[in-house]
Amino acid sequence: MTETVHHPEGHAIPNAFTKAMLDWLPWLEPMAEAELTPRHMAGLVDASRAKSAYFRLLAHDPEVLGARTRTDKDIFYNTQGGLPRAERELAATAASRLNGCIYCASVHARHATTYSKRGEDVQRLLDEGTGVDLGERWNAVVAASVALTELPMTFGPAHVARLRAAGMDELAIADAIQAAAFFNWANRLMLSLGEPTPQG
Amino acid sequence: MTDIIDHLAGIPPGSALDEARRKRAEARVHAQASHDLLLLPAEPGGFTVAERWAVAAFVAGLHNQAETAAYYAQGLVERAPELASPVADAAARGQATGPHGAYPAGPLSKENTPAPGFAADAGSLGPRLAAALNHAHMLVFHPRDASAEHLQRLVDAGWRTAEIVTLSQLVAFLSFQIRAVAGFRAMLAA
Repeated sequence: MTETVHHPEGHAIPNAFTKAMLDWLPWLEPMAEAELTPRHMAGLVDASRAKSAYFRLLAHDPEVLGARTRTDKDIFYNTQGGLPRAERELAATAASRLNGCIYCASVHARHATTYSKRGEDVQRLLDEGTGVDLGERWNAVVAASVALTELPMTFGPAHVARLRAAGMDELAIADAIQAAAFFNWANRLMLSLGEPTPQG
Repeated sequence: MTDIIDHLAGIPPGSALDEARRKRAEARVHAQASHDLLLLPAEPGGFTVAERWAVAAFVAGLHNQAETAAYYAQGLVERAPELASPVADAAARGQATGPHGAYPAGPLSKENTPAPGFAADAGSLGPRLAAALNHAHMLVFHPRDASAEHLQRLVDAGWRTAEIVTLSQLVAFLSFQIRAVAGFRAMLAA
């Protein structure tokens, strides 16, 4: 019974990158809310995530979900020094744009917009792709994210030097690397366990 | 206990990069915990330790980063030596570029790029592990092609829902870890 693969039908399928709020429909059966034990809640980290089909699906392996989520939160939310949050979100959006995760890109384009107040530039990244010209500092972050996301990876000392020349210290550069690398984790889960649909 | 990202990236203790990583202590600890939970599980359930290291050795082999590829290949030799050769062969045959794949029909269709083909050898790997490597190859090189049909192929090969979640986490985690190592190595070389 738990091995049923779902084929959602009758919903709209986003076919462009957008900042609009999207929903996500799982292809495998998530844990039911009523099934969640303290062990599962610990993996969800935030109790509110029990409302999310995505997190309840990942809760089939609650310890791994918990480790994933705590890695994610520190890379993006720990604001003690390092890269400004806006640029961590920019790196996440660029990786999502290149990998083709419309859902992930929508969430992190909204975050990048909120923290940078550069909504038009973020929209151009969604519309035009990672080759867009957003000014040198943002270009350096996007180029680093692209070079870490593409295979074969081309990220090297020249990318590090470019980030440093844009004003970043060791911690900020490490943040940019971890933000881009983490979205290669997140994109693959979101893309391969379900599909997006417009909200509402 | 060795931090595996520090080890693979060769981060010297007390270096500026070591200090930077320790300022993201939660990320450092939980990246390590992810590795341990996925590859050294106390209770592996139906997704065996041999299968986990076979998938990891395959995925690391596809990324062509010498240190991580050698680490996971050696880990497989130690746990399931009979799989080392067929997995190495699969990784050699699976070399490709990425990310590729197709978008839902519309304005992004002009960005569609053909997916690299790959079919693992079910004869030497067994149908269940071969299905996992086929899925991993898609996730590594053309994840936007993922569909419910891909999950059906895993189910048909005997993968249960919770095992598919863990398999997906393993491939996705490695996609992070290998890039973090590559990024940190570039910082040390800069």
